[in-house]
Amino acid sequence: MTIKRRDFLAASATVAGAAGFGIRPSFAQAEPAYKPESGASLRLLRWTPFVKGDEEAWLANTKKFTDATGVQVRIDKESWEDIRPKSAVAANVGSGPDLVMCWFDDAHQYPDKLVDLTELANYLGNKYGGWYDGVKGYASRGDTFIAMPLAAIGNAVVYRDSHVKAAGFSEFPKDTAGLLELCKAMKAKGTPAGFPHGKAVGDGNNYAHWLLWSHGGKMVDESGKVTINSPETLASINYAKQLYATFIPGTESWQDINNNRAFLAGQVSLIANGVSVYYAAKNDPKLAEIVKDIRSTNFPIGPVGKSVELHQTSSLLLFKHTKYPEAAKAYIKFMMEADQMNAWIQGSSAYCCQPLKAFAKNPIWTADPIHAPYARASETLRPNGYAGPLGYASAATMADYVLVDMYAAAVTGQMSAEDAMKEAERRANRYYRV
Amino acid sequence: MSTVNSGGDRRPISSLLQNNNVLGFLFMLPAAVFLVCFLTYPLGLGVWLGFTDTRIGRDGIFIGLENYQFLMDDSVFWLSVFNTILYTFVASVLKFALGLWLALLLNQHLPFKSFFRAIVLLPWVVPTVLSALAFWWIYDSQFSIVSWSLIELGLINEPINFLGDPVNARISVIIANVWRGIPFVAISLLAGLQTIPASLQEAASLDGATSWQRFRYVTLPMLTPIIAVVMTFSVLFTFTDFQLIYVLTKGGPVNATHLMATLSFQRGIPGGQLGEGAAIAVAMVPFLLGAIMFSFFGLQRRKWQQGGQD
Repeated sequence: MTIKRRDFLAASATVAGAAGFGIRPSFAQAEPAYKPESGASLRLLRWTPFVKGDEEAWLANTKKFTDATGVQVRIDKESWEDIRPKSAVAANVGSGPDLVMCWFDDAHQYPDKLVDLTELANYLGNKYGGWYDGVKGYASRGDTFIAMPLAAIGNAVVYRDSHVKAAGFSEFPKDTAGLLELCKAMKAKGTPAGFPHGKAVGDGNNYAHWLLWSHGGKMVDESGKVTINSPETLASINYAKQLYATFIPGTESWQDINNNRAFLAGQVSLIANGVSVYYAAKNDPKLAEIVKDIRSTNFPIGPVGKSVELHQTSSLLLFKHTKYPEAAKAYIKFMMEADQMNAWIQGSSAYCCQPLKAFAKNPIWTADPIHAPYARASETLRPNGYAGPLGYASAATMADYVLVDMYAAAVTGQMSAEDAMKEAERRANRYYRV
Repeated sequence: MSTVNSGGDRRPISSLLQNNNVLGFLFMLPAAVFLVCFLTYPLGLGVWLGFTDTRIGRDGIFIGLENYQFLMDDSVFWLSVFNTILYTFVASVLKFALGLWLALLLNQHLPFKSFFRAIVLLPWVVPTVLSALAFWWIYDSQFSIVSWSLIELGLINEPINFLGDPVNARISVIIANVWRGIPFVAISLLAGLQTIPASLQEAASLDGATSWQRFRYVTLPMLTPIIAVVMTFSVLFTFTDFQLIYVLTKGGPVNATHLMATLSFQRGIPGGQLGEGAAIAVAMVPFLLGAIMFSFFGLQRRKWQQGGQD
């Protein structure tokens, strides 16, 4: 007599999971049809857009969905740093938005509160050339999609071409050693580089992870054992120290916005950022000179031999507490299909990189040479907490700035490289215990 | 039958309502319910969370003191304790000294007295986040107005690293906090100063007291009760400060300005460990209680307030 809601959910999740396993992507998959419940309405919580076109395209797509199905979708915006707590609270109390555009490993923090989207994701993957591994990793556990990969928010090196040339480099160096030489030369010319060593949630983490991964270091191994204390990490710290010596002073207090400001004011000539810095310059008539001089490229390749970066990732979460799961799936499907997805990628002017390989052909990537490195974001993306499992520990380690602090402590001379590494190991172990 | 019963019921109820104790209790009930719901319950829940391993999105189980044992071994936590005490102590002393000085000045007969008193309140009235953003620009590593002025004056060659150097960063956040906190202290003490009867000062003057002696033996003793209250609040506000640090440094550089409140937030909400975040917040309580005890029993113990000899 007493089937509790929780049991029901567990059972339905199992059924859904089994269905997911049953339909392997090896054979052509039938298009899933989702019929919105009558009177359905949805609430989506998303991050405040960084570029205006993103929001316009998303709203236009949503309006098309509402016109076609009659399902109203209310879209709430929150500053991107507030999404994680809000989403977690919604998961915890079981009410609030039906859908959330989340960041990084949020889905892995409460997978049991999320609707299984495997069927839809496999259909989309087959139809559009497959998912990129990195973004897929953030949204799936094993073969099960606990969320829908949405986009990688690309990060790339942005520099002043004339200043690089003046420093004696006809083209941007391809490897870490070359970058160091370039930065030394640029400092000598009075047009230094600057990467944030402060608590910059996005840019600081991007830079720190690139330093680590490009030298072959990793926070944990496949089993989740902390392996940050390694010769590779040491090499990366020593490299970071040399690079830091060439920076404009003060980068250890930089937060996310500082590098944009300094770059647009002409104080630094080489930073790493999203494409937003380019558009900020482009939208300001006073900065026309800088706009002509801006170039972008991917981070150089380190001893590890390939391009690996953290970037930012966003996935769509569908909570089990939604009253209209079918309507929500229909909405996700609609937004991910080519017409809408292409319009959205185009609208976000290279800020959002496609999760599905087929959309790499989107004309936005060739519309402006500045966009080119951002097109590769999903391809070079490596999930946070590599090579271990995603989840609570990986998210907490990043939120506690363990890696950012390790480099900052070492480059500023507060700790020796070895001590900084040991301290990072100790702090990471707090989260990866058991 | 029923009439008899209801009559029998009515008498005790009406007599109960005549009872002062019962009536008093009933009048206090709404306030008590309010306090229990909005103060006691969240506080109790916070304390309880500190004893669990609750994470965001997952209910926790009781783990006793494990969070606290864990924090004992955490150098970042101890650094935040040190920072918080340093920040509170230095900022409170400065706020008291400067606030009292300002109050004494404002208590003089100045032209445009009300205008100045209103102006002084501004830093306190402006939302913290706004003033923090202003300080963020003042302390910017590239665009600081202070650095710029000094460079233009030829006093320094390169911008001051306000928030990037641990010592500078601590000084900078303390200055910002003091700037913000002075008006509260000054205006409250000014109110206290105005309750001191002028006749006492006159009597002291007639007895040949110098202005320092009048301050030391008349003003200060009369002001002590209000100083105790004002400084209690000031210490509490400073100890639990969050917004200023979060905007200016987020606890950097390398945690040199992390306060217990900011660390609690960082671990609890973005980090997802509600249990540990709550434990850090609960660990602030003994310090706060200590501050309250000190001001109540230390500063308010003077017997003359009750008519006795000190």
